[in-house]
Amino acid sequence: MISINNLHANVEDKEILKGLNLDIKPGEIHAIMGPNGAGKSTLGNVLAGRENYEVTAGSATLNGKNILEMEPEERAREGLFLAFQYPVEIPGVSNLEFLKASVDAVREQQGKEALDSVQFLKLAREKCKAVNLDASFLKRGVNEGFSGGEKKRNELMQMMLLEPQLCILDETDSGLDIDALQVVADGVNAMRDPNRSFIVVTHYQRLLDYIVPDYVHVLSDGKIVKSGGKELALELEQKGYGWLETSDNGAA
Amino acid sequence: MAEQFIQHLLEQAKNTTALPFLADINQQGQQAFARAVLPGRKTEAWKYTPLTRFSAEDYGVPENSQLNEALTAATRLDDLDAAKIVFINGTLSHELSDAMALDEVTLFSQASADQQTLIREQLGTLIADAGDSAHLFNDLNNAAVNEGVLLHVAKNSRLSRPLQLVQLTTSDQAAFQVNARLLVVLESGAEATLIEQYDSDDEAQVSFTNAVTEIVIGDNARLQHYRLQMMQEQAQHIGSTFVALNRDSHYKGFHLALGSQLTRNDVVINHNVGGSHCELNGVYIPQNEQLVDFHTCVEHKVAHCTSDEVFRGIMNDKAKAVFNGRIHIHPQAQKTLAELSNKNLLLTNNAEINTKPELEIYADDVKCAHGATVAQLEEKALFYLQSRGVSKREAEVMLSFGFINELLEALPHAAVTRTLRPLLARRFGRDQNLSRHLLESLDDDARHAGERA
Repeated sequence: MISINNLHANVEDKEILKGLNLDIKPGEIHAIMGPNGAGKSTLGNVLAGRENYEVTAGSATLNGKNILEMEPEERAREGLFLAFQYPVEIPGVSNLEFLKASVDAVREQQGKEALDSVQFLKLAREKCKAVNLDASFLKRGVNEGFSGGEKKRNELMQMMLLEPQLCILDETDSGLDIDALQVVADGVNAMRDPNRSFIVVTHYQRLLDYIVPDYVHVLSDGKIVKSGGKELALELEQKGYGWLETSDNGAA
Repeated sequence: MAEQFIQHLLEQAKNTTALPFLADINQQGQQAFARAVLPGRKTEAWKYTPLTRFSAEDYGVPENSQLNEALTAATRLDDLDAAKIVFINGTLSHELSDAMALDEVTLFSQASADQQTLIREQLGTLIADAGDSAHLFNDLNNAAVNEGVLLHVAKNSRLSRPLQLVQLTTSDQAAFQVNARLLVVLESGAEATLIEQYDSDDEAQVSFTNAVTEIVIGDNARLQHYRLQMMQEQAQHIGSTFVALNRDSHYKGFHLALGSQLTRNDVVINHNVGGSHCELNGVYIPQNEQLVDFHTCVEHKVAHCTSDEVFRGIMNDKAKAVFNGRIHIHPQAQKTLAELSNKNLLLTNNAEINTKPELEIYADDVKCAHGATVAQLEEKALFYLQSRGVSKREAEVMLSFGFINELLEALPHAAVTRTLRPLLARRFGRDQNLSRHLLESLDDDARHAGERA
């Protein structure tokens, strides 16, 4: 699915990722944990192609294609999806129009037929319902006036609409109460598929009770310093990250 | 050259004015305009709006007033059922005008004795009151006014349909000037919707439209006003709107400037009696080498009035815009609530905006807020749309449109919104593919309307 090799990236001339390696096969869920400032959000932004996140070395290939050369929209059309930690509010741009443009672009790339407005509306309402978001949100500006939880559910709703191959969830659980967390987890679990992979970036083991990962990695100072199964998350919850920083690089 | 420009227009005004009941105002205007000096760079109010190129032409009397399909199409506002008065190069189009059938509407040339009296009493008074906010082109309009429209709504009555007043220009044999004049008098408790539109076809033309609208809103009366300036990019347009508000009256205005090479719009709102309220919104979107200059002035002369002003501008290509928003709170005007917001978006490095909120506050118990911003498209928003597969160019179009869409959606007449939406969307998405998602009918109401049609 995705193969990341020796990835180095700078943000404003400061090196944040310092040789990150990660290999994810179709159908797998990988959780990435780690202390603040380790580079977790940078990873998502670099993979999604954000400007000012400069890759200085290494590679990332999605289904054999080098995505680092692509524009953000091309990466999205190739099946990469980043659920943002802080989705931006865009007043004046209708959620519906934006989503239609997005779905049209992705479907076109995949060689699928374009949806007409009736089909699209039906689909969008369905997905809203799946994440417990009132359909009236579709008519509002993009994320405009949404609460923190509504924004996260809107991200998930977009993910369901676009049916990406690689989903990166950047701290999607932060700021969610337990019920909202359950909704998000149910949504993700419903999307689990042998051909779809997830990178779940989180601070808290709690999320991983609901979304059970195949692998857990610890990202520290721009590198993966330890990898393990889902039990690693429990260990981190008990011991924190301090004990890892002196240990050997245990990246898979 | 400037003197010749003034002299020429003055002579023309003297030669074309003919209505006896307007003789006084014509004469006063001619005297004032004869003394006028064309403002240059050192005149603060015209600092960023050079008139050299504009004043190099000799604008004569138009001769062509032929209707064509493009002109007819320009007067359609979706399914709005409006009474219309349409002028083509300053001459009334009988085919397109039906509003004279309304009691409330008349042409100056057809005014009854009572209406003549009203016009004589009211015409020019708001210009005279405006002091420094009036300028030489208002004098010129007084000097040359010979035809015009009166909208007079009687006490406690409501204009049954919106009045759509359209000034159209098309090609003519030589450079020409159109003097447009509108007087609106709403008696106490009256209500009306007025759509003032300036438009043209794409035929080559050298034209100068000089428009003045004076609006008197009586006690507890309400006016919804649209002023839509959508002339072609070779035209020149100078227009002033003067509003006088009486007790508990409301003025709601939406001023759009899309058209013409040079646009200078002055809007002067006078809160003359307590309890009056004004909502003044506007959008300007110059492109290519257009220049738009908005000068607004809200005069809070008395206590207990509110004004809320929001203007947004988007400058593309090498276009320039000027926004000067003045709020003047007089010493007696305690308990005033006044707000002014002006946000601007520059789409290219060559576009330019000069924005200046100007607050003069002489009362101590008032709330007054103002803000002006200039920005480019937000990187975060752009990335968000792109990260969902939307191309950068389409994302730019969506965000630009979004910047003004809030004001557009807030218009009380959906037909006006529907008419303007494609015009504005295409302003940014010149390639049809880039604006298509803005123009798809995705909401249920629009879709059902489509099914009914």
